[in-house]
Amino acid sequence: MKTDDLIASLAADGPAHRPLRPLFAAAAILGTLCAFALFMLTLGPRPDVDQALHTMRFDFKCVVMFILAVTTFFVARDMTRPEVTRSRLRPLLWAAPLLLILSVAVELIVMPPDTWMPRLIGQNMPYCTTMIPLFALAPLALMLWVFRQGAPQNPVRAGAIAGLLAGGIGATLYAVHCFDDSPLFVATWYTLAITFVTGLGALLGARLLRW
Amino acid sequence: MPAANKHNGASPETAWAELMRAGLAGDAAAYRQLLEAIAPRLRKFAVNGLLRSGIGNADAEDVVQEILLAIHLKRQTWMQDQPFLPWLNAIARHKLIDVMRRRGRRGEVPIEGLIEILPDEAAAPETSHSELNKLVSRLDGKSQTVVSSISLDGNSIKDTAAKLGMSEGAVRVAFHRGLKKLAELYRAGEAA
Repeated sequence: MKTDDLIASLAADGPAHRPLRPLFAAAAILGTLCAFALFMLTLGPRPDVDQALHTMRFDFKCVVMFILAVTTFFVARDMTRPEVTRSRLRPLLWAAPLLLILSVAVELIVMPPDTWMPRLIGQNMPYCTTMIPLFALAPLALMLWVFRQGAPQNPVRAGAIAGLLAGGIGATLYAVHCFDDSPLFVATWYTLAITFVTGLGALLGARLLRW
Repeated sequence: MPAANKHNGASPETAWAELMRAGLAGDAAAYRQLLEAIAPRLRKFAVNGLLRSGIGNADAEDVVQEILLAIHLKRQTWMQDQPFLPWLNAIARHKLIDVMRRRGRRGEVPIEGLIEILPDEAAAPETSHSELNKLVSRLDGKSQTVVSSISLDGNSIKDTAAKLGMSEGAVRVAFHRGLKKLAELYRAGEAA
């Protein structure tokens, strides 16, 4: 085939296109809705959520997870572009971990040492580490799909950021259910669960996001 | 010096970005003009890259075609408020690295981008045994018929629809799927 013929046929395919940015937002919203539906069907918010909203630890963990999801969204969206090696928005990703570390420090200062271990182990650890990845599955699938429409420079990193975003969405929902509000619990088990989803994303990205 | 200064004279940034914008808005003629303007630079880029990595430039035109296909299939990833050339460079580099990797070379790609190299004035070589022809023959059923008719025989979408007794919409869908599949076959290539 001559290159001129190829060009003619590419022009015939129709240069018009589906813009990626709105598609990316739509995929994230749809993923969140799927996760939310699954959340309501399985765990749902904790029964005393009205009172919990007035406690600092509950609000804080929900907000931190939400911040993780939102900041990751913007960095991930940047990474669908081929010319983006390091997103300029990348420093945003520090926000959630720093807040979490800060809250752990405060918890260690205000709580006596003999309460640390019970607070870290909590009641719901097996739930936390299984339900967060479970809620993250639909968002992860959708994010990987939308990354396939994009042109990420590095498939592994793109998959990892998709996993981090999905993990952030799953963790935000799970946080509304869980009774273990101590930053010690959140920093340990949420981190473990989200890391797992991130790793899964990286693994799948390596296979699915080449172009 | 203001950044705009860089885009005077030799740099096709402004002109190409305008053509691309028009193309994305549906202007097929502008889009075609853009790809035709890009191709000679891609040719030089591919030849340079292949020679430097010691592969030899015999099938540079295959690389050019693969990059053009990637530009087309990933055109939605260019943000219209961003410069066009860095985007174009990134796609070209990504595909060239991919080609080298498939041939077991380390992906060392020329540092200079498409803009810094002069276009190859030589006309596109006749590529009778082009890789793309082989790949088209590996498409399945309908995709193969449609892609052959449009890309190889140069028929329009309309004529192809009439010839095959399909709706134009169905031809468009099959054609686009075929192009996507071709990009995949390229990637899987060499091994097969």
